[in-house]
Amino acid sequence: MSEVPSELRYTQSHEWVRVEDDGLLTVGITDHAQALLGDLVFIDLPEIGTEFVAGDECCVVESVKAASDVYMPISGEIVEINEELLDEPEIINSSPYDNGWLFKIQPSADEEVEDLMDAETYQAEIED
Amino acid sequence: MIMSNKTVLFDKHLEYNGKIVDFAGWQMPVNYGSQIDEHHQVRNDAGMFDVSHMVIIDLGVNDESGDIRRFLQYLLANDVAKLSESGKALYSCMLNENGGVIDDLIVYYMSDDWYRLVVNAGTREKDLAWINKHAGAFNVSVKERDDLAMIAVQGPHAREKACHVLPVDVVEAAAPLKRFFGADCGDWFVGRTGYTGEDGFEVMLPASEAPLLWDKLAAAGVKPCGLGARDTLRLEAGMNLYGSDMTEETSPLISGLSWTIAWAPEDRNFIGRSALEKEKAAGVSYKFVGLVLEDRGVLRGHQKVIVENKNAEITGEGEITSGTFSPSLQKSIALARVPVDAGDTCKVEIRGKLLTATVVKPVFVRDGQAV
Repeated sequence: MSEVPSELRYTQSHEWVRVEDDGLLTVGITDHAQALLGDLVFIDLPEIGTEFVAGDECCVVESVKAASDVYMPISGEIVEINEELLDEPEIINSSPYDNGWLFKIQPSADEEVEDLMDAETYQAEIED
Repeated sequence: MIMSNKTVLFDKHLEYNGKIVDFAGWQMPVNYGSQIDEHHQVRNDAGMFDVSHMVIIDLGVNDESGDIRRFLQYLLANDVAKLSESGKALYSCMLNENGGVIDDLIVYYMSDDWYRLVVNAGTREKDLAWINKHAGAFNVSVKERDDLAMIAVQGPHAREKACHVLPVDVVEAAAPLKRFFGADCGDWFVGRTGYTGEDGFEVMLPASEAPLLWDKLAAAGVKPCGLGARDTLRLEAGMNLYGSDMTEETSPLISGLSWTIAWAPEDRNFIGRSALEKEKAAGVSYKFVGLVLEDRGVLRGHQKVIVENKNAEITGEGEITSGTFSPSLQKSIALARVPVDAGDTCKVEIRGKLLTATVVKPVFVRDGQAV
């Protein structure tokens, strides 16, 4: 059974978003997604300063099996990346919601994180 | 309709927390938790794979005029004349008239009226059709043994651990086996063969007895491993995967399988021979190599390989046929078909970027050691 923390927001493409106190959004992939991918061996993180629109492919995670795109959940600018993952992508497998975060976004003002799925809806989604 | 077959061990896979995927129409475990852990388990100790989806075919004779040896000398690119000792196995390609590979297989010579073939699951129907089509002329009978299951036990401690739990009379037959030999014992059959680059056994046995053997092997410390680990293990060992590294459109000459073609004696007329001779005479334009990625990233099948000369001018293009991340080397590795003049390095195009790879012989790890 995959873990789905109640305080996070989720996308159809299995990213999670956390609203930080400073207004930045932290983004990662869900426990369900890491389990589907299997052992992660490589990550191609976006460059700091790059701006993306919601739905853009902004990052690639690769497991032994296959490469998988990560999509921008909310439009904005990349302001921080988790460089630890470059050498140890397997952190995403062991800690998808904490140490395995991917990047932080300064969101553009016109989109609402609240429009993303809540935990209950996402949970129902992955049980289908 | 999508066919979805289950092996007799399917319930065991669920019981051992296997993650099930579709493979060539079969519901098979891709891993039981961590593909990488399973990989290391086989390199360092012992692991087991359910390979019951593969096809076991027994060849016999219809009457005294039946000649299995002559049949196989016509059917296969390698020459079963090399099999003089009972139990000896041979790896070979089965070619079409154009020299393309219909399948790769293992043939065991047991006696003049019994040879056993093991062919791939994904090619079951066409292989059986092809073999049957040609067997009649030699009065050879073809019997698919779908009453048998097969468990591959692989790793440096695999044989020792397997011998603790196999039936006593089977152990007597299996323990003395030399590499690439097989022995039968009633309905059981053990080959000292595999697809991981490690020592081990492939155990064929009556399907109904397979679940119990699975439990016994697990209790003896032989861990269940999925198709995911099987793929990284075989790729590190430089073993080709049918459908990826060679197909009906590619000959053994450009698939790293020239060593499996027995050209002598010259008068042995096997299917595909004349096409191969023509291809060779015209000059073979590609070679099959190993690649080790020097930059960060993961090599995958179908990525474009770019070959440059010393002045960094592009001189040709090739293609990766299968690639992965190598858990043993902690680098990405691949098998690739590249122009014959490719040098020591090349470039691989990954998501629009050109990354550097070293060109090596297509074998990366054998018996636990990097090569």
